[in-house]
Amino acid sequence: MTSPRISKRAFLLVGLLTALLIAGVGSYYASGHPDGLEYVAERTGFIDSAQDGAAADSPFADYGTKGVEDPRVGGGIAGVVGVLATLLLAGGLFMLLRRKPDPAALSETK
Amino acid sequence: MHVPDGFLDAPTSIATGLVAAAGVGIALRKARAELDDRTAPMAGLVAAFVFAGQMMNFPVGAGTSGHLLGGALAAVLVGPWTGALCLSVVLMVQALFMADGGLTALGTNITLMGLVGVFVGYAAFRLALLVLPRNVSSVPVAGAIGALVSVPAAAAVFTALFAAGGTADVPLGTVLTAMLGWHTVIGAGEAAVTGLVIGAVVASRPDLVYGARGLAAAKAPLVLPDAEPVRGGLA
Repeated sequence: MTSPRISKRAFLLVGLLTALLIAGVGSYYASGHPDGLEYVAERTGFIDSAQDGAAADSPFADYGTKGVEDPRVGGGIAGVVGVLATLLLAGGLFMLLRRKPDPAALSETK
Repeated sequence: MHVPDGFLDAPTSIATGLVAAAGVGIALRKARAELDDRTAPMAGLVAAFVFAGQMMNFPVGAGTSGHLLGGALAAVLVGPWTGALCLSVVLMVQALFMADGGLTALGTNITLMGLVGVFVGYAAFRLALLVLPRNVSSVPVAGAIGALVSVPAAAAVFTALFAAGGTADVPLGTVLTAMLGWHTVIGAGEAAVTGLVIGAVVASRPDLVYGARGLAAAKAPLVLPDAEPVRGGLA
């Protein structure tokens, strides 16, 4: 009985809170420099071949929020929306895919 | 590492789109074996955490930054097939809502980060476990090694795709050297974050870590993988 130190519910809550804090608050303090690929593209001269994608006018394009001027707030909203959208889509998919418990075993626990 | 629209020509983007579709299709079938009532919510959380981690760019010098890709992290925590699906959902949300990574480049990005990053990272993790002590405290270290390798591997595959279908005419040797150099440094950051996060999960709920299955606990010899705390059961 050594393994679990906290309940699964507490673990999931702490994990989600951490993700929301990173995306909603911490991301404001992230480095604004271009990432590795962007930097290499600038330096070696193929950055100009990049085009604006079809999603460029999404309300959360480039991790901002349309209509919100303050980058701290706009970025935070985009981060929280992204984390929750990912959680819902991925969590929903995984709940659908998961192996259902054996009905016999389930009735035993009741 | 998110490839925008336009870097790669249409045939290459279609080819990576087919690779990504095939990979996701196989993952949808194989992930079933990794997912049950206990691990499915954990896998959803891992996807959400990878989204958050990818927003947190860290400086790596000379005006460049990197961020967690999360392939090795997801593979170790929830299994490689589920991990590939986690990354695919993250990349889809980013491309559709955040305009991060092009829509026509979505197949390329899933191939690079969701397939190469996840499976190279997981393979390196498994290899590292072979030489490390057979207990759960090796899992964060092996995960960090997987993470370290996964980032330059994805960068190398991008360069290969660029060689096949890059739209700009730039010397490939220069691109390869720069991509591998910078992404090795970013890989070190990836390794640190991956090791720390896996370490935190192993310390609190080792039974939820896919890559720790079958390994003895660090101190006590007996691990009960199905152990569920009483509180969780009654709540």
